[in-house]
Amino acid sequence: MTHAAPDAVTSSELLSVVASRELAARRTVFAGIGLPTLATELAHLTVAPDIEVVYESGVCGAHPARLPETIADAVLITGAEAVISMPMLFGCVLQGGHIDVGFLGAAQIDRWGNLNTSVIGDWDSPSVRLPGSGGGVEVMANSREVFVVMRRHHPRSFPAELDFCTTPGPDRALAEGIRPLGSGVTRVITELGIMAREGVGEELRLVAVQPGVTVEQVRAATGWELRVADTVDEVPPPTGAELRLLREDVDPDRVYLR
Amino acid sequence: MAPTDRTDKSMSMKAAIAAFVRDGATVCLEGFTHLIPTAAGHEIIRQGRRDLTVVRMTADIVVDQMIAAGCVTRLVSSFVGNSSAGSLGELRRRVESADPAPLAFEEYSHYGMICRYLAGAQRLPFYPLRSYGGSDLPSVNSDLRKVTSPYPGPDGGPEQIYVVPPVNPDVTIIHAQRADRRGNTQIWGLTGVQAEAVYAADKAIVVVEEIVDDEVIRSDPNRTLVPAHAVDAVVRCPRGAHPSFAQGYYDRDNAFYRAWSHISKDPQRLQDWLDEWVRGTADHAEYVDRLGEEFWARLAVGEALSEPVDYGRRL
Repeated sequence: MTHAAPDAVTSSELLSVVASRELAARRTVFAGIGLPTLATELAHLTVAPDIEVVYESGVCGAHPARLPETIADAVLITGAEAVISMPMLFGCVLQGGHIDVGFLGAAQIDRWGNLNTSVIGDWDSPSVRLPGSGGGVEVMANSREVFVVMRRHHPRSFPAELDFCTTPGPDRALAEGIRPLGSGVTRVITELGIMAREGVGEELRLVAVQPGVTVEQVRAATGWELRVADTVDEVPPPTGAELRLLREDVDPDRVYLR
Repeated sequence: MAPTDRTDKSMSMKAAIAAFVRDGATVCLEGFTHLIPTAAGHEIIRQGRRDLTVVRMTADIVVDQMIAAGCVTRLVSSFVGNSSAGSLGELRRRVESADPAPLAFEEYSHYGMICRYLAGAQRLPFYPLRSYGGSDLPSVNSDLRKVTSPYPGPDGGPEQIYVVPPVNPDVTIIHAQRADRRGNTQIWGLTGVQAEAVYAADKAIVVVEEIVDDEVIRSDPNRTLVPAHAVDAVVRCPRGAHPSFAQGYYDRDNAFYRAWSHISKDPQRLQDWLDEWVRGTADHAEYVDRLGEEFWARLAVGEALSEPVDYGRRL
């Protein structure tokens, strides 16, 4: 396998490839549209051929003829293995504990993997009103682990304190006496590197940097005193094969590959 | 044998909205990306309804339009965004700067909303779910409350769990592919939470692409998601879910979702849009005509028939 020239790889391609590798040996993934779609589709062609994607719209085992543009795209339904109702999806599939990895995004994430998708500023009179939880609260509470892909790595999106905690990780839940099912966020993938966390009681630690990025750069882009693993690996750059699959098979029309 | 309701409930959109949506009412519009009852929302705007509480999991374009038209004072929702295509301009102005008027917002997560429908449909006092532990949402929504389970938890000790209250809308409006005149409603593709939302409500309006003969419905009873006994009005309104889609009938208008972020960003442009496409059309048929056949041809879908099932009959 050949390595593509790093300057030829877009940020979306890099994040999708890195996220896809993390899906090795996982069986069920709860994924939204965008980078998670690319990552899971690529994983399906590489490290996790038997992976089943469950969409928030209720589609299980989708076999889309074209890359879906939304989580409810008609192409996901035609030819799918199952389409189930919302109470079934959220009650039985998600809360019932059938999801290995949930993909989530956020405007802000803190060192424990708690997420803000509600507001920037004060909830009552926010400077920016964001869409809110969607199913994020449930994905976090009930998936075995959660991967977060953040397009921008910046102190504003990695703050010491969230403006608002929409979606709590297990540490916050336990502090309130509620037992969560899963480990919360275990991977955060950004354009600068990968942070990891095993579960309850652990902060995110920097475990790998993207090629050409220093640990200091990641520290400076993070709004809290970032813990760093004893050994920080360099993320192997996307291979020629990974990029070819992504560009030619997964997203040839470049719907998400910006 | 149970008595069969033989009432023909078919009526015009105008008559159904006039009869079942009153000022100050709690109105639920459901349809998760698929089958969004847009045409019904537009008729609510045309009739100038005021002070509505709108209940909808994914408050998207039609809700932004109803807010901009001054119909809505309170919103109960778990996602206030324009899908993945951008923002809802009017909603953001109302929430961020009370411009031109404030909007009361009750924020939930998706399963919180689903459990409210489940409790409402079953007339239960509350519904438990394994969400919200450690979230800031209960601090801004006092209806998210915690109880101690009457049964021991997995470790034998007491277990705490959050609950949500029932929602019982005055009226729930859904869009579907087809129904018979009495309201037996068939939906395929994404079925969302429509059935629960209908049963939670006092009255229900079903808007359909086609009203079909009883025999069509009875040829496939498992496809009936909402039985006639739960339905008060059946409205035939082809393409009434645009810009969302109807599986097997027409595709999603992704370009309009992207355009809405720009239209709604400018309050004057938004009002001009409503003047032209909603307040300036007599009904949805005129809206459909004005878009033109060429436009609809772009949203046309090909055929993908299911293999028929054999229900069998006693010989």
